[in-house]
Amino acid sequence: MRFHFDIKKFFVYFFLILGALIMIFPFYWMIVNSLKTAQDMTAYPPTWVPSNWFNFDNYIEAFNKAPFGIYFINSVIVTISCVIITTFTTILGAFAFSRLKFKGRDLIFSLMLGLMMVPFEMLVITNYTTVAKLGLIDTLAVLILPFTSSIFYTYILRNFFLSIPDSLYYSARIDGASNWKYLWRIMVPIAKPSLMTITLLNAITCWNSFFWTLLVINNDVNRTLPYGLYAFMTEGGSDTKLMMAAATFTVLPMIILFLFARKYIVNGVARGGLKG
Amino acid sequence: MQIKIDHLTKKFPDTTAVDDFTMEFESGKLTALLGPSGCGKSTMLNMLAGILPATDGHIYFDDDDVTDMPPQKRGVGLVFQNYALYPHMTVLENICFPLEIQKVNKAERIEKAKEMAKLVHVDQYLDRKPKELSGGQQQRVAIARALIKTPRLLLLDEPLSNLDARLRIEMREEIRRIQQETKVTTIFVTHDQEEAMSISDSIVLMKDGILMQVDKPQALYDDPNHTFVASFLGNPPINNLEGIINDAGDFELKDHSATIKLNEKKGIKGEEVILGIRPEAITIGPDFNTKAEILERYTMGKEELANIKIGSAELRVYISVDHDCKKGDVIDLVLRNKGVFLFDKASGKRL
Repeated sequence: MRFHFDIKKFFVYFFLILGALIMIFPFYWMIVNSLKTAQDMTAYPPTWVPSNWFNFDNYIEAFNKAPFGIYFINSVIVTISCVIITTFTTILGAFAFSRLKFKGRDLIFSLMLGLMMVPFEMLVITNYTTVAKLGLIDTLAVLILPFTSSIFYTYILRNFFLSIPDSLYYSARIDGASNWKYLWRIMVPIAKPSLMTITLLNAITCWNSFFWTLLVINNDVNRTLPYGLYAFMTEGGSDTKLMMAAATFTVLPMIILFLFARKYIVNGVARGGLKG
Repeated sequence: MQIKIDHLTKKFPDTTAVDDFTMEFESGKLTALLGPSGCGKSTMLNMLAGILPATDGHIYFDDDDVTDMPPQKRGVGLVFQNYALYPHMTVLENICFPLEIQKVNKAERIEKAKEMAKLVHVDQYLDRKPKELSGGQQQRVAIARALIKTPRLLLLDEPLSNLDARLRIEMREEIRRIQQETKVTTIFVTHDQEEAMSISDSIVLMKDGILMQVDKPQALYDDPNHTFVASFLGNPPINNLEGIINDAGDFELKDHSATIKLNEKKGIKGEEVILGIRPEAITIGPDFNTKAEILERYTMGKEELANIKIGSAELRVYISVDHDCKKGDVIDLVLRNKGVFLFDKASGKRL
């Protein structure tokens, strides 16, 4: 077969590959540096590969220098709580705004959407004084409570719920199913792909949450991984290889999660974008 | 179960979908709600199901006033036009669903569902998801799901309109068979007169929310009480000629271009009327009511259709094959007694 050179395709792939490399490089550099020995680090020019791919000394040292185990557990507790509660409130909210009829429903929903325009940073001070008055500063609860609902996810799920034909609802009602039963037995299972997307995006956001944590947490034992990493950088000196090791196990759970569930994330974002 | 509707009215902000409806549906029979789209037949069905509240009037199931009863308490089964099967459940789970809600134990409901699946002939697809079934099979599953809770009343909303032509004929016979086997009082909505004629015990013909006529299919065809009823039923459609009754009591076209002698004089004069002639209601013969010119002849399989012209009016009629008249011939036309109707022009009512 004659070799066919497609100039358009060449450029498309060229830029896609370039983009991919640019995206991957920081991760690669982080992982490689986390595996380097002190000797590798000082080598000039810098080496692209560690001398030993299985050198986990940096990880052990980082763990010994700061309580990353506690940080990890805190992150897991906060992320799982946020995700479970947010998903629950999102489902209920989306159902109310798509299926139930009550006075002022669309007005309330518009107001909520308008609220999305207000950036989080603007609410930080009000939120801070609120939790301070509640005496919740420096507890894990304060990392969870302000993030137990999401207008954005409610909006995405509501749109999905609206696309489910009315006849399914009436059919279930005639068969004697209550709104509650219909929601959990019919709507939620149908919306599973959308829910997966929401859950995953939410998990990633929670896991990476940093700014709020920095404000409301002081005590070492209540730190989450991103904050722990930041503290480690400032308190533990600037040993790059240790920082890279800590950074690696901070992002690793999310990378694993993404690899397993990327189908849902990509589909969900694409669909949400088209619908919105 | 007998259903009685008493002055039932449904008003929407800008229309009256069902207007002062009073009638009875016979117990254990298959009744068609027939009418052009927008005539209020689906509204009617939804009110019977309890999905839509009535604006005025009452609905009785036997002696119970169910007007304000919520849908789940009425004991109705409803099959939607798009079947409304739950996409994430298998056929078996779909059919079981109404019993699952009623908290019937699992073994019992599966047994019952299998029985239903057998009745509607989907028992070999129990583990499939709805999207793996054809339209006809989905329809059968929807019927099984509606029947499993042994409803007092089965409602079908345009049950055949999403199916292709061949399946439609098959499924309408199936609906007839299932109805006769279960003896459940059934009401189905359709805009297709042929569908309604072929399977129902009686037809309720509606127009603009008003009840036009209720009768057995053949009676409705043979004895329409309104020009709308006569026009709606029949394919090819009835020929409607506008004109007046002349002094001799015969029909004269509006522009006086032809006169048609009527077999049966109505004893009226000078009134504006519509003469409805069914395509099969004429023969060619020596004894004649009028003369007509043949414009065109078509052979359609066993039937022979012709376009003919009486005065200025064009008609489409059946002509017996043994008449070898051809295009351009003028023939003597005889009207039969059956299939010829006179209607008052202003009210549309039968004279």
